This record gives sequence, structure tokens and C-alpha cells, in this order.
Amino acid sequence: MKTIATTRSAMGIATGKLAVWWVLVSEIVIFGGVLVSYIMHRLGHPEWAEQAAHTHMWLGAFNTFVLLTSSLSAVLAHQAAEQGNGRKAANLLYLTCLGALTFLGVKSFEWTNEIKEGFTIQAGGFWSYYYTAAGLHAFHVFAGALVMLWVASSAKKNENLHRVENVGIYWHFVDIVWIFLFPLLYIAK
Amino acid sequence: MAEHTHERAHVAGTANDAHHDHHEVGWFKKYFWSTDHKVIAFQYMFTGMFLALIGAFMAYVFRMQLAFPGQPVPGFGVVSPGQYNMLITNHGSIMIFWVAMPVLLAGFGNYLIPLMVGADDMVFPRLNRLSYQIFFLSAIVLLTSLFVQNGGFGGAWTAYPPLSANKLYNLTPYGASMWLIAVALEFVAFLLGGINFIVTSMNSRAPGMKAFDVPIVVWTIVIASILFMASVGPLIAGAIMLLFDQTLGTSFFNPNRGGDPVLWQHLFWFFGHPEVYVVLLPAMGIVAEVMTVFARKKLFAYKTVIYTIIATGVLSFFVWAHHQFVAGIDPRMANVFTVTTVLISIPIAEMCFVYIATLYGGSIRFSVPMLWALAFMAEFLIGGVTGIYLGASGLDIYFHDTYFVVAHFHYTFFPIAVIGVMAGVTFWFPKMFGRYMNEFWGKVHFWGTVIPFNGIFIPLFILGAAGEHRRIFDYKNFPQFNHPWQNDLRIFATVSLLVMLLFQIPFLVNFVWSMFRGPKAPKNPWKSNTLEWTADSPPPHGNWAEMPECHRGPYEYSVPGREQDFWPQNEKA
Repeated sequence: MKTIATTRSAMGIATGKLAVWWVLVSEIVIFGGVLVSYIMHRLGHPEWAEQAAHTHMWLGAFNTFVLLTSSLSAVLAHQAAEQGNGRKAANLLYLTCLGALTFLGVKSFEWTNEIKEGFTIQAGGFWSYYYTAAGLHAFHVFAGALVMLWVASSAKKNENLHRVENVGIYWHFVDIVWIFLFPLLYIAK
Repeated sequence: MAEHTHERAHVAGTANDAHHDHHEVGWFKKYFWSTDHKVIAFQYMFTGMFLALIGAFMAYVFRMQLAFPGQPVPGFGVVSPGQYNMLITNHGSIMIFWVAMPVLLAGFGNYLIPLMVGADDMVFPRLNRLSYQIFFLSAIVLLTSLFVQNGGFGGAWTAYPPLSANKLYNLTPYGASMWLIAVALEFVAFLLGGINFIVTSMNSRAPGMKAFDVPIVVWTIVIASILFMASVGPLIAGAIMLLFDQTLGTSFFNPNRGGDPVLWQHLFWFFGHPEVYVVLLPAMGIVAEVMTVFARKKLFAYKTVIYTIIATGVLSFFVWAHHQFVAGIDPRMANVFTVTTVLISIPIAEMCFVYIATLYGGSIRFSVPMLWALAFMAEFLIGGVTGIYLGASGLDIYFHDTYFVVAHFHYTFFPIAVIGVMAGVTFWFPKMFGRYMNEFWGKVHFWGTVIPFNGIFIPLFILGAAGEHRRIFDYKNFPQFNHPWQNDLRIFATVSLLVMLLFQIPFLVNFVWSMFRGPKAPKNPWKSNTLEWTADSPPPHGNWAEMPECHRGPYEYSVPGREQDFWPQNEKA
């Protein structure tokens, strides 16, 4: 049974959507803290570029492509939900999850190789940031995929379709973080 | 109109359900697993009060050690240097993260926001319950950390690396990590709570309540939540990094391997300074509510107060490096941060002037809540003014890490976390429990707290100005700090603390006794305007049988031409 408070909308924005935006505000500063620390350090340590050269740029680029494409299916899911087609929305969300899974698979492959080559999280300043920042992001990809599965399970039955948009907003944020991480960790020399 | 009927239908459902629940739901579900914002508020408040007792006990132990070094402390025994560090560290952490935050922000926020904006609950009641549960877990982790091998963390509540990052330095292999985990969990709890506060007051206001009809205390709690949300991120990131430094061997803060210990100070204080305003603003809001009611006067310049709250919030993001004037930051930065730090006193001073202008010409009643509110103004002023000394980088180099700093921030935090909270507790007690507190014992508690408080910290100002460094376990080892007059001041401060702690007993007795035996209070005992006073005392689950509407601002007191000197927000014109 919903409380009256939940059904009100004095600002004209749906309650769930408003909450997602505030979640993003707090997330932006979390990633902001990591990224600004990394950038400041990187500027002070030009020699980290040598370490960064050991990352697999093309795998990273492939992952960027996968993650950005998965956002497309998230948008299409939202469109389907707007039209009231819950089944289609759910299927598109599953497709998005597949993107997330691919992303995490490629990432584990990269990390396994790097660890084998001796570039562990203890191997120096660059690797500390590399694993922490990308790991924090991967954790968000994973959590987002779980939430998407949960949203899809109710969207399939045409219930709570407004959640499709909310999880989509979150998914775009996860994308945007990666758009910052990819060049900073892989490309910057 | 259609929406209205819809709402009424909901209301009827809620009221029936509440009635229904009352018989079926057991104690556990009602008081431990509840989604009711009022129960969650009490959970936060009582947990906070319990931890306040623990924090106060810690203060008692280390103050005894400082006044009578080496002698066994009654109830604790002889204090070792490691224990001393653990006690001061956890005293600070508990009082800020597990007392001031849960009581002021989560306790009052949960209790007041739905009632003051005229909603039946928070927008996400289950998220709200989860928030408290995570908070409870964080408190358990912290308290457990005090009893693990080698004891709790002793690297001060600011946890500067390298001391905090390496167990070879801090000697607390488990305590340090558990402290970090507890703090991180606590942040998660408050992020969940904060989202609830912000969205509820943005979206769930009663029909007719515009943004500028919202009481000041709701504004302050919401802006404080936004400040928290926007500032805590870097510290969450920093906590992860520090935890990795401790456990995985990363090198974020390790200067031997290319890391930078000062980075932690930036991440910590980027949060740490807005945090001061996160707890200050709710206390300011409580004081505003109490003052208007007991001066029977409209709040002077309502909108100005809101703009100053916002200005304080924005400026608070640009002052953090004043904690690092001696940490080796660029002197040009020190100039900038001196200016921003001194600037932030302008909106705060403006708020104080507005409150004084509210009192001017009012018919003031010196009830217990009003006494606390007035004391807040007087004591916080001392904290604020001494802050200007410390904000000036030139003076700070001398004062840094002396007892002057300790006295300064206790003159801000004590008015916030004790005096402001007491103003709120005594003011809303009749609403919370449907009964009055005893006025006489309330006044005894008031004077017995405020006078010894000054007795504790004025000596510390003097000692600090004479150069006494903080974080010293036994001053007998430092001849320059071991003169008789210095020892006398230390003993005076400790005795004042003992007196203050003794005077908390009448409060606790009065509080518990009044909860069950106090004279019954009506709906609106203080003749206030805001919506919470139109609900029953105490309000049932769902708050109102019929949801209120809002017709005017919250501070229409002594309006000319009206018979009554107050004009409730829900009364039709």
C-alpha cells in the first residue's frame, strides 16, 4: 500500500525520477573525487604514462563501443515503455544487460592478463588508480544490470513501466563515467 | 478536485489500516521494523542519545587523565597512551557521525519533514527503514572495533595518513579498517535518508504549500542534506582508497611509492567543512522555529534567511583548505581560503541578526525551549567569532593544533549538538509523546549544562592561546606546559565537565518520567502555526485522519486585526 506522500508531485516531476537524479548528484561527486585525485596525480607524475602504455587500448575501445550501444537499447526500452509495450521494453532491457555482461567479461579478460603480466593493484600509483577507478565503475555496471533485471521482470507484466526510464537515466550516467575513464586510463600518454 | 477525492479515499484506507495494524503488529514490527517516519526518527534519536552517553563517557575518561595524569580513572582504570588516542578519536567520531548527524539531521528530519509539509510519511518509507538499519549496523561496527585486538582506531577523527594508512604506525590492524568501514556505512545510511528528505519536501508538500510556505527548519534540513550529498562523495572515494591502502597495499597516500598524504586531507576536508554546516543548519532551523513561537512574532525576513542558508551552503564548499594552512599548501592558496573563510561569516552573522530582529519587540516567554534557543545564539557566537581567528592563515599558523582549536570547535558543535537539540527536544516533546516535560527540572538542566559548558572550554581557550598543543597524553613530560596555573586550568575544565555530566541526570529522569507520567498535552500546546501542531499528540500512523491543506506562510504571529495572536497554516482565510 503506497503512502499518499509517494503519490504527490508538487514539483511536477515523478517522485522516482527526482530520486534518481539526486542519486546521480551523489554519484557524480564520488567519481569526481576519484577522477580529480587521479588527474592531479597524473599531472604530477609524467612517468605514469609508461605504465599506462601497458593497458589494452583496443579492448578498452571495444568496451566503450559495447557500453554506448547498450545505452541505445536502454533508450529504445524507454520508448517501448512510453508506448505501453512492457514486453518489448523488458526484452530491450535484457539486451542492455547483455551489453553489461559483455563489458564485464572483456574487463575480466583484460585484468587477468594484466595481473599475469605483474601489473597488480600494488604495482604502483597508476595501477592503484586504474583498478580502483575502473573497479568502482564496474561495480556500478554490475549493480545497474541487477536493477535492470529487476525492472524488466515487472515491466514484462506491464507493471511499474515508469521504472524503465529511471533505470535508463542511471545507465546513461554509468556510460558517461566510462567516457571519462576510458581516455584518462587508456589513451592519455 | 478529482485528485482530492482520490486522496481522501487513500486516507480512509490509511486510517483503517493503522487501526488494524495496531492490534495485529507486535512490538518488534512496530518499533524495530517499522516504515513509519516517526518511529524511524525515534530510532535515530535514541540510538544517537545512547551513543552520546558513550561519547560523553570517553570525554570523562580522557579529561580525567589530562587533569590527573597517571591516576586510575574511576570506572575505567589507568589510561594507557594507546587507549588515550583511541578515546579521543572515537569521542570525536561518535559525537559527529553518530550523535550530531543522526539526532539533528535524521532524527528531526524524519520526524518533522512529513509532519511540517503535511504528508503522511516519507516518499520512500522502506528506503527510510533501510537507512536506519544501515546506520545501526555502522554503529555496531564502530562499537565492536573498540574491543578487537589492539583496540579501536587512534589516529584522530580526521584519520590522516600515513598514520592511518599503515598498521606499523597506528598499531591498530583491525581498529583502523573497522573505523573506516563504519564511517562509510554511516554515509550510505545518510545518503538514503537525504534522498528521502529532499524528494519528500520537494514533491509531497500539502496542497497549497508553496516553496516559501515551508518552515525554515525544513529548508535547513533539506539544504543540509543537499550539502551532505554533494560533499561526501570525495570522502567516500577517499575512504575506499584509504581502505585499499590499509588492506591491499595500494599507494594512494604513501609518499614512498609516489602517493600523496595531503590528498587525503583535501578529500577529507572537502567533506569535513561542509559537514559543519550540515549539522549547523538544522540547529539554526530549530532555533528559528522556537524563537518565533516564544516571541510571538513573525520571523524577520523569512526569504533573507533562506537566501543566507543557500549562500552558506555554497560558500561552505570553498573553505576546506583552511584546515591545511600548515600542511604545506601553496601560500597563494592560503590567501584565497582565508578570504572565503572570512566571507562565510557574513551569511551566518546575517542569520544571527535576523533572529535578533525577530526577538526585537516580541512578547518573549522564557520557557525552557526558548532558553535553549537564546543560549544557542550566545554560545554559537563565541564559536563563530573565534573561527575568524583561525580562518586567518597568519594567526592559524600559531593556533594550529592547539587547545584554542579544540575550544573553538566545541563552541560550535556543543551549541549545535546539545543546545540546539535540547531546544528541539523540549519544544517538540509534547508532540512526540503527547505529554509535557517538567518545566522546573528543565530549567535546572538548562543552567546546569550551559554554565559548566563555559567552565570547560574557556580555560581551554586560555591554554590554547598559551600554546598548549592538543593530542598530548601527559603534560608532565613537557615542562613548558606543566606550570601550576596550566594544571589548575586543566583541573577546572575537568571538574566543570563532571558537574555538567551530573546535571544530565535530571534531564534523563525528566525525559523518561514525562514520557509516561507527564501531564497530558493538547494538540497545539505552544499555539504554533506550523502543520505538525494540527495532528494529534502523538500523531498516529499516517499522521492525519484528513490530510491538511496549506493557506499561508508559517510565521503569521500577532497579525493585527485578528483575535488570536497565531494563525495556523491550515486555517481557511
